[in-house]
Amino acid sequence: MSRGQHWFDALTQNMQQKAGPVPSVCVADGELAGRPCRVILVRPDAANPFPRARSGEVGLLEGWALAKVVQEATGDKRTLLAIVDVPSQAYGRREEALGIHQALAAAAGAYAKARQAGHPVLALLVGKAMSGAFLAHGYQANAILALDDAGVMVHAMGKAAAARVTQRSEEDLDRLAASIPPMAYDLKNYASLGLLSGRIAVSSAEAPTGSDLEKVNAALAAAQQQALGSTSLAHRLDGENRRASKKVRQLLRQQWALES
Amino acid sequence: MSHNFADASARQRAKLLLDDGSFRELLGPFARLTSPWLERQGIVPQFDDGVVIAKGRIDGQSAVVAAIEGGFQGGSLGEVAGAKIAGALELALEDNQKGIPTAAVLVLETGGVRLQEANLGLAAIAEIQSAIVELRAHQPVIGIITGPVGCFGGMSIAAGLCSYLIMTREGRLGLNGPLVIEQEAGIGEYNAADRPFIWSLSGGEQRLAGGLVDACTGESTGSVASALRYYLKKGLPKVQRSDAFDRFLPALLELDNSQQLDAAGARAILKGVQA
Repeated sequence: MSRGQHWFDALTQNMQQKAGPVPSVCVADGELAGRPCRVILVRPDAANPFPRARSGEVGLLEGWALAKVVQEATGDKRTLLAIVDVPSQAYGRREEALGIHQALAAAAGAYAKARQAGHPVLALLVGKAMSGAFLAHGYQANAILALDDAGVMVHAMGKAAAARVTQRSEEDLDRLAASIPPMAYDLKNYASLGLLSGRIAVSSAEAPTGSDLEKVNAALAAAQQQALGSTSLAHRLDGENRRASKKVRQLLRQQWALES
Repeated sequence: MSHNFADASARQRAKLLLDDGSFRELLGPFARLTSPWLERQGIVPQFDDGVVIAKGRIDGQSAVVAAIEGGFQGGSLGEVAGAKIAGALELALEDNQKGIPTAAVLVLETGGVRLQEANLGLAAIAEIQSAIVELRAHQPVIGIITGPVGCFGGMSIAAGLCSYLIMTREGRLGLNGPLVIEQEAGIGEYNAADRPFIWSLSGGEQRLAGGLVDACTGESTGSVASALRYYLKKGLPKVQRSDAFDRFLPALLELDNSQQLDAAGARAILKGVQA
């Protein structure tokens, strides 16, 4: 059983698990700290009809299914919680031919719309949060929380592939990452970018203990409370290693209104 | 100035799309806003970080164009380049909220995240996607895909969120670059050296036939600019392409995946989705 599945099962034990549109997308409805909540997981499915999406990747079915389960939950002011354990998007010929970019856009768009309409959207990183898969499932959240564990990783591309694409060795990448925080794979560097709302220390990241679960639920409840007051991502610009992102916006604003 | 839109630089493309004399670049090269991360990796930065933001008018109406320069680092987005696009879209949204109608045009020649600034590129693209979704409720956000690099990675997902997509025939649109797919899935799955095969799956005509873009034009400035004006006039689409799960999901679930797919097969499936 995947990390994501362990955490999904633990966090939704008092909720109603529902059949998702596809077996690789799980849904449960219930309450988080007294508010209606929908929990969503993308998980491995060895019988996935798309062979390139059997290990928990976000593929064509997963992208469109995420869009459906997110949009269906937006009738009332329901919190959306994405449990994130996604190794990558699906790499394959069928995927490209049938527009996997559009499927992932559907998912990202649905989450963004939900947040902008005032639904608290939370992401809990319990494993890998990679690249296009994370853009589709989690990156549109008001708050991104992560288990403080070496198995939790955020990146634009897996290390082996990134080494090939940039024509560097994996050792070179590690050396660069040590001094260039946005290139690093570990959470401490990622946190220095200002994109995380919290790191939660747990005793078992693979599958939660009772006290892990209490901690995570408390962090989620606090994040939900904060998210109720905001629909934007502006708070992500305050990281110590993200100063240029803020400066660009300030300068753009100064020049925007000037008439030539 | 080039009359071939696909051959033009990002700056020329932005100029060519805006009404004559209305082009005004924001944070141009003189602002010297370079990437804070490239130099320490031995890569020469560029004073505009590969993105041109221009305000101006299209058919007299206020518009902002964000054009990505495919010639700099493969049109990849790092921290500064990404913040320029996200920031411009956020300001266009504010204008619309204040009652100043402002449309946005994205000229997308990009490989997606700049791996040398990995997580900051990814974060910026998430913010670009958020801004497109918010802005497209007010004014059309139009994506134009052209040039040899194509539109890939996280920015292909951003393209999928646009109100309308215009593509030139030689353009390409897909999530994963051919080399990465070949490396991850094997040459039998995807042969990155087989150019006709790649264009047959991801080129402009195929994407139009599959309903994944709204227009496929020639490479000339005239044909791209007139398509842009047509879609701006059309106003907001009734249904966003990215909201079509009720058409895609059943079709994808019915597929027989025992055979590998070719371009004709993909067209037939996507035609069925549109019907």
